[in-house]
Amino acid sequence: MSILMPDPDQAVLARRAGIAEALRGIVPGEGVIDDPDALRPYESDGLTAYRQPPMLVVLPETVEQVSAVLRWCHAEGVKVVPRGSGTSLSGGALPLADAVLLGMGKFKRVLAIDYDDRVAVVQPGVTNLAITQTVEERGFYYAPDPSSQIACSIGGNVAENAGGVHCLKYGLTTNNVLGVELVLMDGEIVRLGGRHLDPCGLDLLGVIVGSEGLLGVVTEVTVRILPKPESARAVLVGFPDPESAGACVAQVIAEGIIPAGMEMMDRTAIHAAEAFVNVGYPLDVGALLIVEVDGPAAECDYLIEEIARIAGANGAVTSRTSTDERERMAFWAGRKAAFPAVGRISPDYYCMDGTIPRRRLPEVLRRMEQLSVDYGLGVANVFHAGDGNLHPLILYDANKPGELERAEAFGNDILRLCVEVGGVLTGEHGVGIEKRDLMPVMFSETDLQQQQRVKCAFDPKLLLNPGKVFPTLHRCAELGRMHVHAGQVPFPELPRF
Amino acid sequence: MDMIIPGSAQDLCDAVADALREGARLEIRGGGSKAAFGAPRDARIVSMAAMAGVIDYDPAELVLTVRAGTPLADVEALVAGEQQMLAFEPFDHGPLFGAPAGAATIGGVVAAGVAGSRRVTAGGARDHLLGFTAVSGRGETFVAGARVVKNVTGYDLPKLMAGSWGRIGAMTELTLKVLPRPRMAVTVAIEGLDCCAAHAAMARALGSHADVSAAAHVPKGPDRARAITLFRLAGFPPSVEARAAVLPVLLADHGALRRLDTTEAAALWHTAGAAAGLAGAVLWRLHLPPAAAPGAVAALEPFGPRWSLDWGGGLVWLALDDETPAAAEQVRAAAAAAEGEAMLVRAPASLRAVVPAQHPRAPLVAALEERVRRAFDPAGVFEIGRFEIARSGG
Repeated sequence: MSILMPDPDQAVLARRAGIAEALRGIVPGEGVIDDPDALRPYESDGLTAYRQPPMLVVLPETVEQVSAVLRWCHAEGVKVVPRGSGTSLSGGALPLADAVLLGMGKFKRVLAIDYDDRVAVVQPGVTNLAITQTVEERGFYYAPDPSSQIACSIGGNVAENAGGVHCLKYGLTTNNVLGVELVLMDGEIVRLGGRHLDPCGLDLLGVIVGSEGLLGVVTEVTVRILPKPESARAVLVGFPDPESAGACVAQVIAEGIIPAGMEMMDRTAIHAAEAFVNVGYPLDVGALLIVEVDGPAAECDYLIEEIARIAGANGAVTSRTSTDERERMAFWAGRKAAFPAVGRISPDYYCMDGTIPRRRLPEVLRRMEQLSVDYGLGVANVFHAGDGNLHPLILYDANKPGELERAEAFGNDILRLCVEVGGVLTGEHGVGIEKRDLMPVMFSETDLQQQQRVKCAFDPKLLLNPGKVFPTLHRCAELGRMHVHAGQVPFPELPRF
Repeated sequence: MDMIIPGSAQDLCDAVADALREGARLEIRGGGSKAAFGAPRDARIVSMAAMAGVIDYDPAELVLTVRAGTPLADVEALVAGEQQMLAFEPFDHGPLFGAPAGAATIGGVVAAGVAGSRRVTAGGARDHLLGFTAVSGRGETFVAGARVVKNVTGYDLPKLMAGSWGRIGAMTELTLKVLPRPRMAVTVAIEGLDCCAAHAAMARALGSHADVSAAAHVPKGPDRARAITLFRLAGFPPSVEARAAVLPVLLADHGALRRLDTTEAAALWHTAGAAAGLAGAVLWRLHLPPAAAPGAVAALEPFGPRWSLDWGGGLVWLALDDETPAAAEQVRAAAAAAEGEAMLVRAPASLRAVVPAQHPRAPLVAALEERVRRAFDPAGVFEIGRFEIARSGG
């Protein structure tokens, strides 16, 4: 494990019992956990290679409690790590030894649904899928659908700007959130956005979404809900190789079609998935595309035909179109089970999340194959083909000495490759701790310092989720320094931090 | 007037450094189409006009990178040539201020968060700015976001930049998400609805399988005998026709629908989306929870406003003849009562000097926003007094 977390503050650790007592004064009863055995379930998130029991866990139930806990920790210089359902794949909710873990799981209420204005107001602990389940009886749904939607919370989705297989057409979390109530590290409660579009002023909501728990703790979320499409159909197309599948994807989009979902799997992933769920994936192809369209039946029928035509023109060797919901779900079953399926062919796997310009796909796959040979580790590829978001799954065995480190090094090389071809380190999983030390590959020191100054505007004492996202912790006073001419700060009347 | 026309990011850095040294403040200007927006001020103008042109456009990637000073019309023509579009439907503010169209730049419309009728379903400028290069108030060039459509690496500073009105930095390059232009778009309309009924019809359409991409309402007026409520259906022809068949059933209790010809439709969307033809010295835009729009319009009826609804009621354009601060206060109060906001778009300088263009934020939010601005611009070199009345003399 190559990512190092900041050294714990021994002075804070020495005060552990007193901190627990003070926090029990704010969140009574079982809302403060300090028993070592009871802390264990919180020691990691979805990035399970990293484990660290928190100093304490606090489970508040009201925004007033969240505010009081943060205010107290702010005053006492105690770090806080917020946590939703703990499904982050990048270590965003990894505890720190000297920090309070603030679990938001008790915020489980749906507060309001307005079908006229097409919004739902929910607490952050409500799961992604529960929002859809709440509104589907009226024919609505919440569009972003990360694979963990049965477990992941909307508060965590906001923190990570979660995506999903439908986000090419329907957007990420950020495009589907209208407002939040947020508690800052000093305990201040602010409301950003609301039920209306494009509020005046800086789009602070826009920077909160995807801020990975570093800027504030969300205590209420207003999301857009959409009418559920009348119908959906999927086509399963096999290609001799990923290049021809990639060419098909490019032509689909070039012809003006934005499918609801467009997923690609390589040979290794196809075989693993088929062995796991038996849904009839072709096994003699080099790449498989699942293309889903939704909307009125007439639109689906028309687009499926168009896509079949484009697939044929790009060398498709097999093609099956779903004729009913059962078949459509079967097409997806393999893709959605791809991760656990790969988990059956390898003791461990490490899921990457880079995005590339799609036109560079053949080159990236070729070089990834070479890296696979160089590192002596297998790789299976599933990706959101429409938006170029790759999820290479690196196969390794954590029980073999050195393999985890090799898998991490392999993964880092893949992400460097993504950036080199014009892409990014993470398309939807977040930076967290996982890609923290790679940030300089994508951003200059100036770029990173500018982002950190935003952090300072929200949390100048750097107490909220420190050690995540940024490879170097700069003190805010240091970042705030300006080159001053002749000892004069211009515009002395303006407040500064 | 003092004007600088940088030709490169380095020139722009120099301009910021000079301003810091000289205690000058910088107004970042695209084409100047919104120069009459906000409080009167006397800042040093930095024109982005010389930093124009396309850097990279790959239609199949849905990504366009362009210099900030590129005219909006050029960008729209470029993407239209590839059967694509800027889905947030930005428009040129020039005509609203009595100037000819054509001056608006891509940097300007994104920095002002300008979005048209499709905003309600396709998102705003914020949702389509993928990345940028900018010069901060420290005189440093920095980048944020990326040139791919899906990215969560680092803070989403493009969201902050879109709609920031040049207050956190001067964008030099923008990377935008572009989308396929619908192969077919038709407008169907119902006539004679009042504001309440229009909102109800729009809400029903937007919440239905008809999948309307925009919904707007223009009331009756001097040149229009009957109110008209518009629904735009866009997409592939078989889909448009199928959905066009759904709407009359869905809205049967509101009246008969008719399909408009493209000229009539374009003019009406221009009124609803961009306030074209809404005469009056003072022009407001109210951003509201859509269901609150009829109440807000009714509350302001005593002022005899000309108005229209877009975004299914989420946007109210409102033109008044009353140039007094008292009337402005009433508009702000009506928007606040509706849990929304009111932005003063057009007004005589005397009114703009005393009424802030943007809706006031809650004190804690205003303070947070100020700290965020200082994070980009510690010395306040971009604080030209356009939005803060107290500082308009500074």
